Amino acid sequence: MASYDYDDSRAGYEESSATQRGSQTPSSGQDLGYDPNYVPDSVKSFVVHLYRHIREKNVYEIHQMYETSFQTLSERLFKDTPWPSVDAVAPCVDNDHVFCLLYREMWFRHLYARLTPTLKQRIDSWDNYISLFQVVLHGVVNMQLPNQWLWDMVDEFVYQFQSFCQYRAKMKNKTDQEIALLKQFDQAWNVYGVLNFLQALVEKSMIIQILEREKEGLEQFTSLDGYDYNGGSNVLKVLGYFSMVGLLRVHCLLGDYHTGLKRLLPIDISQQGVYYTVIGCHITTIYHYGFANLMLRRYTDAIREFNKILLYIHRAKNYHHKSPQFEQILKKNEQMYALLAICLSLCPQMKLVDEVTVNAQLREKYGEKMIRMQRYDDEAFAIYDELFSYACPKFITPSAPSFEEPLVNYNQDAYRLQLKLFLYEVKQQQLLSGVRTFLKVYSTISLGKLASYMEVDEPTLRTILMTYKHKTHAVDSDGKIISNADVDFYIDDDMIFVVDSKSAKKYGDYFLRQIVKFEGLMNSLDAVKLGGFTNNPDGVKLKGFVNNLDK
Amino acid sequence: MGRERDAVVPVPKQAPPQQQVSQMVEQLLAVNPYNPEILSELENYVNEQVSSQTYSLDANLCLLRLYQFEPERMSTQIVARILVKALMAMPAPDFSLCLFLIPERVQMDEQFKTLIVLSHYLETGRFRQFWDEAAKSCHIVEAVLGFEQAIQAYAIHVLSLLYQKVPRSVLAEAINIEGLSLDKFLEHQVANSGWLLEKSHGKGQLIVLPRSEFNHPTLKKNAADAIPVEHVTRIFPILG
Repeated sequence: MASYDYDDSRAGYEESSATQRGSQTPSSGQDLGYDPNYVPDSVKSFVVHLYRHIREKNVYEIHQMYETSFQTLSERLFKDTPWPSVDAVAPCVDNDHVFCLLYREMWFRHLYARLTPTLKQRIDSWDNYISLFQVVLHGVVNMQLPNQWLWDMVDEFVYQFQSFCQYRAKMKNKTDQEIALLKQFDQAWNVYGVLNFLQALVEKSMIIQILEREKEGLEQFTSLDGYDYNGGSNVLKVLGYFSMVGLLRVHCLLGDYHTGLKRLLPIDISQQGVYYTVIGCHITTIYHYGFANLMLRRYTDAIREFNKILLYIHRAKNYHHKSPQFEQILKKNEQMYALLAICLSLCPQMKLVDEVTVNAQLREKYGEKMIRMQRYDDEAFAIYDELFSYACPKFITPSAPSFEEPLVNYNQDAYRLQLKLFLYEVKQQQLLSGVRTFLKVYSTISLGKLASYMEVDEPTLRTILMTYKHKTHAVDSDGKIISNADVDFYIDDDMIFVVDSKSAKKYGDYFLRQIVKFEGLMNSLDAVKLGGFTNNPDGVKLKGFVNNLDK
Repeated sequence: MGRERDAVVPVPKQAPPQQQVSQMVEQLLAVNPYNPEILSELENYVNEQVSSQTYSLDANLCLLRLYQFEPERMSTQIVARILVKALMAMPAPDFSLCLFLIPERVQMDEQFKTLIVLSHYLETGRFRQFWDEAAKSCHIVEAVLGFEQAIQAYAIHVLSLLYQKVPRSVLAEAINIEGLSLDKFLEHQVANSGWLLEKSHGKGQLIVLPRSEFNHPTLKKNAADAIPVEHVTRIFPILG
């Protein structure tokens, strides 16, 4: 077992919010200095303006206040206390029900990010999400909110669920009062509730049908970045869209990789969709997609997407330098390099990896470890263990504890199981790197000769070669056999023939990509002429434009 | 919360005829995949898969998920059946997918340990050990219809990835058929699946397996140069 602390309080582990979570661990903000009813003028002005912009559907201003002002105020006034209570600010915003739900959502998010929530607060936050989602599901909201905010809601909802499961699983030092509360509010963060709300958002929003219709040119969603320019609301649609990513993540946390990928299927990740407009969502999507594929042994799919996103992060890093998500971006960046190192050690497909940036970084970070991972000894396993433990999602046990004495902690059970099964897979593949080394230097070799080089008998060699073929040929989501093999060979009776597989350069794809890129560039130029930036809240087109010039 | 929503789905009390079970379960899954009330339907469906040689990974994963959420409702007998069906789905990774959802302490159970060993032999191409072990634990695997044939199909799949021509003895060991039965089996494959028989230089029979891009890597090259239609569609709007 790796020495990594798998504890929930480990700083900033999961994406979601700004700063390091709970690392300061003061006593839940109930310090002597905190008066929940005191509303400083700057806060009053903040909520009044935010409320007005929301009513006026000024997405650009909402986005600015949400991304910048909220962070600045938190940093200045609420570094280690919660924001003023919702009851204290409600009079400033006509006691608007929906605004108060949104305010509380941010209130709890801030609390989770900077302090340690009490059990009561966890339960209250659950109730707030339920009220908020129910309002959205019943279609009574008429707001237009920035994608970033909507993503943060889904992301935080899943994070708080995960955090609750971790918290609940540490039964050993629970007080009687906490246990009583857990029993009383057993529906709070219940796994069925969490899954059903995400699923309800997906279904009620009709997002799957919208994406289908868009493919046929009957509807616009992706091309408008999910916004509605005809006076409608984007909230349900976009929450439904992000909930598919939320479901992918929840299923990965539960170890159900097949179902997770299935929930993501309506989003075509080979295209730049709405998930692309929020970098946190983009990263969460690809991280979990890649991880699930790694566990399904579809290594090339994982390598391809990790490569793409690591390249993207490398280029976009400076742009997000000041973003509150910056630390999370860097953290996930490092984890994905670790996962890429694992994938490439099990499936050495270097040609899929960008040479200049990704491979150079990879060599710098894990070059030496990757050489040791090729060996067949305990040290190699220890490295697989270490990288997996560092980079895997925070697996959870979704079931409620048995409240019978003695109370035991079970917060590591799920992680241990996934680790064990992963290492089992590594063990099954441990002889393959030896075979690779030999096959790369021969064009023909007899089984007998190779067997003696590898110091095994001939029947054993045949099983090793079968293992190689089995492990390098994955089954894709349609049941088709896909080759991940780095060496092509076959056996005729008792001779092995290795086929040199120099992949021809694909010019067709290159031209296609350049055509698309050029077209995008021309569109951006047109937009400049028409002054088309102003109605685009995320400045996405602008970003695309800059990226295009970049390349 | 979720439970209230679930009440919308009516669950028939009486067992319907077999063919309808699969249809009904697929429908229940489509309506709400996170419904704790469909547990017994899913269990019945596992039994139906066992007797009718059908298979639904999605339904079985859904059931394992419900067990994961409410461990006290778990039936180890049903879990064992799901795992045997998953073995039969090789080369797909279904067996691991199921294990990911089964708590470690449950996996300690003797029958699961046996199944994990069987899976290990299949994953690492050790067919002789597999058949020996399977013979010892026939009470687990023989309860499931079509087990032997499914594993033989997997063995032939792996052999076809590796061999252009495979010695008769290697094939015999992998599919656990010998002598006259093997002759008959080969005859059938020659007639139906494009297999050919050859004499090797004095050592016995060689079986020529059908060509594929996996055992004839040169076949792959041509496909690599082509551009998939989906990629071309990206520029349709521009061309238009």
